[in-house]
Amino acid sequence: MIKLDHVTKYFNTAKKAVDDISFEVQEGETLVLLGTSGCGKTTTLRMINRLLDPGSGHIYVNGKDVQQQSPAVLRRSIGYVLQNTGLFPHYTVSENIGTVPALLQWDKTRIRNRTITLMDKLRLPAATYAEVYPHQLSGGQQQRVGLARALAADPPVLLLDEPFGALDPLTRISIRKEFKALDELNSKTIILVTHDVEEAFELGDRICLMNEGRIQQLGPATALLFKPANDFVQTFLDPQRLQLELKSLLLQDLWPFLTTKDIPAGLQQLPAESSCWEALAAMTHSPVTVVCDQEQKEIDGNALMDAIASYKKQ
Amino acid sequence: MDAPETFFDFVQQQSGKLLEQTLTHTGLTFISVLLAVAIGVPLGIFITRRKKMAALVLGFAGVMQTIPSIALLGFMIPLLGIGPKPAIVALFLYALLPIIRNTYTGINGVDNNVIEAATGMGLSRQQLLFKVQLPLALPVILAGIRTATVINVGVATLAAYIAAGGLGEFIFGGIALNNTNMMLAGAIPAALLAILFDWLLSLLQHINIRRSGKALYALPVIFLVLSSFYLIPDTYSSKMLAGFTPEFMGRKDGYLGLKSVYGLHIRTLVISDMIMYKAAYEKKLDVISGSSTDGRVKAFDLVVLEDDKHIFPPYYAAPIVRDETLEKYPELEPALNLLSGTINDSIMTELNYRVDYLKQNPEKVAKDFLVAAKLWKPASNGSKGTIRIGSKIFGDGYILANMYKMLIEGYTDLSAMTKTGLGGTKIVFDALTNDQIDMYPEYTGTGLLVILQTPQPVVDSIISDSKKVYDYVSMGFEKQFQVKWLKPIGFNNTYALMMRRSAATRLHINSISAFTNYVNHQ
Repeated sequence: MIKLDHVTKYFNTAKKAVDDISFEVQEGETLVLLGTSGCGKTTTLRMINRLLDPGSGHIYVNGKDVQQQSPAVLRRSIGYVLQNTGLFPHYTVSENIGTVPALLQWDKTRIRNRTITLMDKLRLPAATYAEVYPHQLSGGQQQRVGLARALAADPPVLLLDEPFGALDPLTRISIRKEFKALDELNSKTIILVTHDVEEAFELGDRICLMNEGRIQQLGPATALLFKPANDFVQTFLDPQRLQLELKSLLLQDLWPFLTTKDIPAGLQQLPAESSCWEALAAMTHSPVTVVCDQEQKEIDGNALMDAIASYKKQ
Repeated sequence: MDAPETFFDFVQQQSGKLLEQTLTHTGLTFISVLLAVAIGVPLGIFITRRKKMAALVLGFAGVMQTIPSIALLGFMIPLLGIGPKPAIVALFLYALLPIIRNTYTGINGVDNNVIEAATGMGLSRQQLLFKVQLPLALPVILAGIRTATVINVGVATLAAYIAAGGLGEFIFGGIALNNTNMMLAGAIPAALLAILFDWLLSLLQHINIRRSGKALYALPVIFLVLSSFYLIPDTYSSKMLAGFTPEFMGRKDGYLGLKSVYGLHIRTLVISDMIMYKAAYEKKLDVISGSSTDGRVKAFDLVVLEDDKHIFPPYYAAPIVRDETLEKYPELEPALNLLSGTINDSIMTELNYRVDYLKQNPEKVAKDFLVAAKLWKPASNGSKGTIRIGSKIFGDGYILANMYKMLIEGYTDLSAMTKTGLGGTKIVFDALTNDQIDMYPEYTGTGLLVILQTPQPVVDSIISDSKKVYDYVSMGFEKQFQVKWLKPIGFNNTYALMMRRSAATRLHINSISAFTNYVNHQ
């Protein structure tokens, strides 16, 4: 769906902001561009909808080279969400959401219906919020409007630039949950830029960790955790390593390393798709049982930690 | 004698003229602001896209703003003549800076995130401009238009100096004639216009632009209607065009006398004496109300028409000094009287010519003359006291003030400082009576008519005798103001009607009667 082919970008002749980047994002996949400030992740994102043009290399969206398309037409088919929302202060919420459909010359009824549908899905009842101006909304509400605006014309591709970065931690977590649960997003091809490791692991199907304009490692969360490509990847994740491991490892991944015992009755039963993090939360009082392929195993804290250690050794 | 005229009497009597001036003033203001918006807003938008041009364009507009208004009007004369055209262009240049700068600042001030979001969503540059940048910058742009409008209401008063009309005619006429009512009749409506327009535009600034989009289209229409108030007055068929100063227009020994005594009826424009001579020389005007000793009479080869029916009173110059000062420093009077009888009309014209036209420093001209007349002595650097010498903004005044300074410093132990350029008669005389200056050179005729406001029968009985006029004003000033007239200097800087020498010769005109005859039988 989206393909970058040896893309390089210079801002000045001395330093490459983006250095020879290639990757592909499949339809319906969510790729997270992760890294510290100045690593080139936002620059990479902005080249996809031609807010910037690459110095060399090619970018394809839906099989077409973006350089061959008119920027305005290209951008109308790509949803774009910014950290500071960039809502139009002189437009009402519904007018903001209807911006791209209006550019695409949808008729008014269609725009209105679409706007109301989206507002309902994002827990902004149209009756209350349609005619309100952005400055009258809370930060979280503004961000939802920003998301609704990006989704309005139902674009197949979404680019999100630190969409939750300006929110306080609590709001951020709750909006992230809503974001994950939003059915509108299931079929979308999404590239999300963030510097928040936790967010990257929670939302990304694959993570592309960048530093100094280069890709350090690109793969699923577990690959970055357990098979780091270099020292940078290792050190980058170290501060939150335990939590990340617990969250990304599922009980079914550990299945071979869990021992079978006699199982007392009345224990809570967890599905094998649960993460170790969830299992730990559940077993604070008493051990739990897990069912996988009709086999049942009992686990407690020690058993879980042993299994993780064995998993990492293999 | 009539009871003194009140302000309301004046307004009532002159209501027709006042209305005409107010409309002209409004028209001048809005036509120039409209032009400035038409040019300034697109230019402001342009420089947000070509940042390199921004410094250049803003710099140019800024320089325009720093040129003194009257000078800018003066620069326009050779290019555009006199009348509304140069006035509108000058006002347009004044209005340009606030409009360009506010457009530029307003658009640059739009939140970058909003621009980025708009671009990222696929708005074209034009859509970005009209849907996002302009609506969001509009309050700032309107603030610029407001500033420009208020500035222009003020500057438009100066349009009267170059024959473009407006409320400046009353203001400058009032200052020149020491007629407070006339001055206020111009100044108060001008101030009210400024307040009114500022208020109206402020209302506009705060309405919701997008909700009242249609109302916004009315704005240019309103501007156009207001602009159309400016109708170029052209009611006389005579080919001859006269340019008179605001002062001359309202004086009995000026245009009023020309009308009543000579029966002259001619198309007139109100114009500043600063540019009048040049305008006559450049054939923008055919006849002007000059002063007989002005250096520019010589410089621009003009010829004075003989006042064969004696309507212009004698204007002999003499220093007038506060009695208080003379009592305190008795040595002052003999020193000042040294100049008496030394400068005749042709010498004064020559001196003025050197200052006005050859652009020599008045101080140097004054010294050269004193040296030649063997009156110059080096300054004694005395510290007994300081004499403050004032002068009006004419060449005569500058030169005489400098001569008196040198005489005081050379012949007494006093020091002297000059405060030249004190505007017209009213300003300089008020400065004298309010003890801001100690002395200045004044003309007998001005004393008689403007300051003492002598009743007409008395004027008529003494006007043809310069000695009687001098005695009358000496007595009057002593009695009313405790100010003393010292001995006359010698020259008579009277009003004179003058025209180009070539035209006068061609038409065989040498006197005002002959001129009137020519105009009335054209």
